Amino acid sequence: MKQALLKTILFGVTHILRRTAKKYPSFREEMKRRNCVVQIKLKDGSIGRHYTFLRGAVKSQAGIHSNPDVTLIFKDLPTALSFLKPGADQAEILNAAKNFRVMVIGRDELSVWFMQLMNQLQTIGLEVGTRMPDGTVRYTTNTNGGPMFVYVKDGRIVRMTPIVFDEKDAPSWSIQARGKTFTPWRKSTLSPHASGLKSMVYSDKRLLYPMKRVDFDPNGERNPQNRGISGYERISWDEALDIVASEIKRMKKEHGPGAIAMPMPSHHQWGNIGYYLSALLRFGNLIGFTRVHLNPDSWEGWYWGAMHHFGSALRLGAPSFYGTVEDCLKEAQQIVFWSSDPESTNGLYAGFEGTQRRLWAKELGIEFVHIDPHLNPTAQLLGGKWLSIRPGTDSALANAIMFVWVTEGLYDKQYVTERTTGFDEWRDYLLGKEDGVPKTPEWQEAETGIPAHLCRALARSWGSKKTYLAAGGLGAGFGGAARTATGSQWARCMILMMAMQGWGKPGINFGNLQMGAPLDYNFYFPGYAEGGISGEIAFTASGINNYQRMPHLITMNPVKQMIPRQRLPEAIIDGYSKGFMWDGSSIEAQFAPFEYPMPGYSKIHMLYRYGGSTFGTIAKSGRFEQSYRHPSIEFVVNQSIWFEGDAKFADIILPACTSFERWDISEWANCAGYIHHNNAQLNHRVVTLQHKCIEPLGESKSDYQIYLEILHRLGLGAMFSEGCSELDWCKRVFDSTDLPRYVSWKEFVKKGYHVIPAEAENMRDPVSMRWYAEDRPKDVPEPHPLPSQFSGEFGKGLETQSGKLEFVSSSLLRGQADNPERPALNRYLPAWEGPHAKELFEKYPLQMISTHPRYSFHTYGDGKDSVLNDIDDHRIFINGYYYWVMKVNPQDAAKRGIHHHQPIRVFNDRGSAIFVADVSPLVGPGSMKTFESNADYDPVHSHGVDGISDRSGCANVLTSPRPQQQGTEGMAANSCLVEMEPWTPPAGLKSHVQIKGMPPSNERPAASAKAAAAVRV
Amino acid sequence: MKKWNLIIDVAKCENCNNCMLTTRDEHVGNDFPGYAAPQPVHGHNWIKIHRKVRGQDGMVDAAYRPTMCNHCDDAPCVKAAGDGSVYKRPDGIVIIDPQKARGRKDIVGACPYNVIFWNEELQLPQKWIFDAHLLDQGWKQPRCQQSCPTGVYWAVQVEDSEMQDLVKKHKLEVLRPELNTKPRVYYKNLYRFDKCFIGGSVVAEIDGVLDCISGARVVLKRKGQEIASAESDTFGDFKFDGLDSASGDYQVEVAHPKLGSAKAAASLTDSQYLGLIRLQQGGTSTSSFSPAQQRAQA
Repeated sequence: MKQALLKTILFGVTHILRRTAKKYPSFREEMKRRNCVVQIKLKDGSIGRHYTFLRGAVKSQAGIHSNPDVTLIFKDLPTALSFLKPGADQAEILNAAKNFRVMVIGRDELSVWFMQLMNQLQTIGLEVGTRMPDGTVRYTTNTNGGPMFVYVKDGRIVRMTPIVFDEKDAPSWSIQARGKTFTPWRKSTLSPHASGLKSMVYSDKRLLYPMKRVDFDPNGERNPQNRGISGYERISWDEALDIVASEIKRMKKEHGPGAIAMPMPSHHQWGNIGYYLSALLRFGNLIGFTRVHLNPDSWEGWYWGAMHHFGSALRLGAPSFYGTVEDCLKEAQQIVFWSSDPESTNGLYAGFEGTQRRLWAKELGIEFVHIDPHLNPTAQLLGGKWLSIRPGTDSALANAIMFVWVTEGLYDKQYVTERTTGFDEWRDYLLGKEDGVPKTPEWQEAETGIPAHLCRALARSWGSKKTYLAAGGLGAGFGGAARTATGSQWARCMILMMAMQGWGKPGINFGNLQMGAPLDYNFYFPGYAEGGISGEIAFTASGINNYQRMPHLITMNPVKQMIPRQRLPEAIIDGYSKGFMWDGSSIEAQFAPFEYPMPGYSKIHMLYRYGGSTFGTIAKSGRFEQSYRHPSIEFVVNQSIWFEGDAKFADIILPACTSFERWDISEWANCAGYIHHNNAQLNHRVVTLQHKCIEPLGESKSDYQIYLEILHRLGLGAMFSEGCSELDWCKRVFDSTDLPRYVSWKEFVKKGYHVIPAEAENMRDPVSMRWYAEDRPKDVPEPHPLPSQFSGEFGKGLETQSGKLEFVSSSLLRGQADNPERPALNRYLPAWEGPHAKELFEKYPLQMISTHPRYSFHTYGDGKDSVLNDIDDHRIFINGYYYWVMKVNPQDAAKRGIHHHQPIRVFNDRGSAIFVADVSPLVGPGSMKTFESNADYDPVHSHGVDGISDRSGCANVLTSPRPQQQGTEGMAANSCLVEMEPWTPPAGLKSHVQIKGMPPSNERPAASAKAAAAVRV
Repeated sequence: MKKWNLIIDVAKCENCNNCMLTTRDEHVGNDFPGYAAPQPVHGHNWIKIHRKVRGQDGMVDAAYRPTMCNHCDDAPCVKAAGDGSVYKRPDGIVIIDPQKARGRKDIVGACPYNVIFWNEELQLPQKWIFDAHLLDQGWKQPRCQQSCPTGVYWAVQVEDSEMQDLVKKHKLEVLRPELNTKPRVYYKNLYRFDKCFIGGSVVAEIDGVLDCISGARVVLKRKGQEIASAESDTFGDFKFDGLDSASGDYQVEVAHPKLGSAKAAASLTDSQYLGLIRLQQGGTSTSSFSPAQQRAQA
């Protein structure tokens, strides 16, 4: 009976293929792409059928073919049926594959083609998108800056808009506070980098063809010294992929494991399939690579500092936030924004979702204080008192506030007694009993520049009002202050201050209304840190839900060698580097140093680069130029969408397409992993199918497709793809979530999004730390600390050794008691780069901060001919070039003869970069403020005989690579001393690395530029 | 006949630029025959946000004012065109005909608000069309409003009389009313951009320690007449806003029931932060520090 069934299915396949090809032209095209014979059979040969594909036609015959191109062998009848029956169970299929009960033999590319073709039978008939009356089709997508509708006509994107919810979408929540009812707008809000995306898709900096550096010859002279200097020529995909594949093989044969490094960027285009933690990691694991390990660059001070006083390792030392929106609106009298500018950073990925809630707080009369060297956009919008602080001195102000609380009795004594440890020692330090220096408001004035009377007024206001502390952009983490030389001290102070004020009691918590909206956090949909299709268990959060819920092949990188990202240039140039671990599994993991090279592995000789620029994002980035040109680096491939930044240092450039040109699936702002429930920033949880809205431009391909085609050449394509296209993977992700209970795949593919209903009012999550303040078991939905990390009963107390908030950290005593830069008692140690660095400060008297950018998402959205360049706070266009903006105080400008919107050269011993001065009192005297993360790198002869500056404005050319404290890997970009001077471009200035016909870097040709093709709508 | 008007609340604008960006998204690469030819990717600010930073170190604020075509009822561009190549629709929207207006560079110069731009490639004057092409398809609002995260924009289609009621109710203003062009774009809280403030910080020495003084009564006088009053806040700060620039001499008088009083004077050219104003017992003595003096002391 079962034998008959299998025979029938095999016979039927032929007809289904024929019928589908007849009905759908695109399927017909796909079938036409290959001529081959595919054999399907049982291992013993008792049942078999082979299919002959020829010029788009298919015929089949029962029996065994003598010389098939692809053979699919099932061990037995049940296995074959579990694969071929409609509605096959993915877990069964994987199980059979892992245990070799099914095997695919044949040319990799043909095997994958056949499997994808079979899968396409399931997806070809799906209706995609919504037809609009004006003749456009409305698709959906998701981005780093929010989900959008994408209107397409004639294969071109017409417009992108926020998703406006309709009456069928789930209703919104409401909060009642102080007699008012607040309900969010029924649409998605978008960040500027999302609003400007169309210009980036159609950018004149798009790489549309594979490129080879003109003087790179894989079989002859490679000329590594000319990386970043020589131009490029177009080559075919076959040539490019053959070179890359053969270099991968050569690395393994000539150097051994570890020779390939993949310096991954922190961010890429949104999605669970195409993301770097997904497709790239799967690819990397299949070829083996030396990991270039990231540092926790937005957290820094929280990870290396704050965590040691209260735990929260799995949030990298950041506090949690459940229920805080409602609590803050109902209870709080004041919000202190400390290095917190959510209007610039949008929390993280969250559009402007928190903005409306902050405007409600303003409407309710909640008072605002802003502590920042910059009168930031949040302070500008909300108003309130701005305390203009010298960069890197925040912990001095914090200590003095706590001094006032102690001396005036303005702290929660019962809470301190019952819920904390070590207070007496801390109090004595504040009072100066320990070091002879009382941390008075007058003492801090000399450090911070904030007058003592303001410090006292703030301390009293804070000590007598129910206050939310908005520390960092999330309100509960991040912040430019965490990325100074004293970043850990500051973040540690934030925890200690809350410990003194009764953290968790009504109206007393971390937050700026950015996080903690009353949503349903029990509905499962994965975030990108869950690893997507990577199969990587160790370096993603896949194992928690994703790996079980979406059965797929596990992958593993057998190369254990790692390089700390901040030290990559030294690893290449000096052949050695050492770093400390970013690993959120415990408080202690960070104490472990790791070194490169690791015994037994090859040093690195090939870089596989992908994503945003290093030059804009990593300290002292001029180092990278040297490392790229080092002769030990035999091959550099860069997979890039735009010709910018590191792409100009590659030997081979592989042109990737944007996420609008391929399939993906995702939830808005859901990154999971180290920000568990990052979607708590949203007003509505929105899940999207990221439609393939248009065909890839030029010859560009999706990242997934590029990896697949390289891996075909290594025989690993089937392993990589599991026979799936990107759309097939979307379906597998969809099936792994809670979505199918509410919406069918078919409906979802058509409409493109789904709003997850908000939690019912009586089911909302409790407020974070309320349980702790009230000494109850933990009751918020975060699965940490890990069971073993409670020192007492499971669920009671914090992750610290004492289980309590610790004024003196037991983990620092245990882990690095002898580290003078990170004492267990959080002493004020002046920044190693700042006014206390006397000699340096005399030479470079200006303190520059380079915060996360407001308009671009790191490098995403900057440069690349994006319309964001036309925003005055982002870049200013002068004489044919878009200059990066540096905010300068009028006094500092006047002293140097600098006027508003004049190009300036900013420099120190580490480098020199060109900016345009934005002169206003929005920054205090002595401070300068710019954004990090410019997308390009454009070194030009700028001054003197051989003076070179980056004209595109990489602030990180100037920043120090020194770790915040010894024994950590924390970056300290916001402790940076510089000098500036007016700058005039020398005659004949030009960028050197070019692609013919493409305007270089941030240059914009005069009005003669040809307008792009237009759609008639 | 109901006509379109746009209300812009300056106090809500945070310079995110979504309005500028979505306007480009709508028009770059898109041709809407009868409404607008494609906008060049760069160089045209059909919507442009202007910044105004007021005050000095110690008290600073910033406001943002979006500008665009005002869709004037008595539009200089319509007059300048003369031949109907720029025309007003019955619903109040002004359209530059993308065919008829070719070559008419003079129209650019006709606009006193500088919001018409010259498209060199197409030889065409262009500007923000209120998204008329979308409104005609049934959209309820232009894209600048849809993409705005703070509710700066409010497009209303009402009778002119109803609009005048809104003008009164919300104290709306137009740009350069003296030109009598009758703009259909109105501004709320425009004082944040085009008026000035006088501010200061009240302090007193108590037991030898300087402190911020909240709850002091602060009176602003002009030629001896009280024109406004305020109470100092948690940080001793007060701010009188909405004053005309270059409006001459003002007096500030501060009094606190327990800590005494003080006076300060300002001669207003632009917004001015008076710095610290020290209360003196029984004193009428004038005592204020400029921000520069304060820094010198620090």
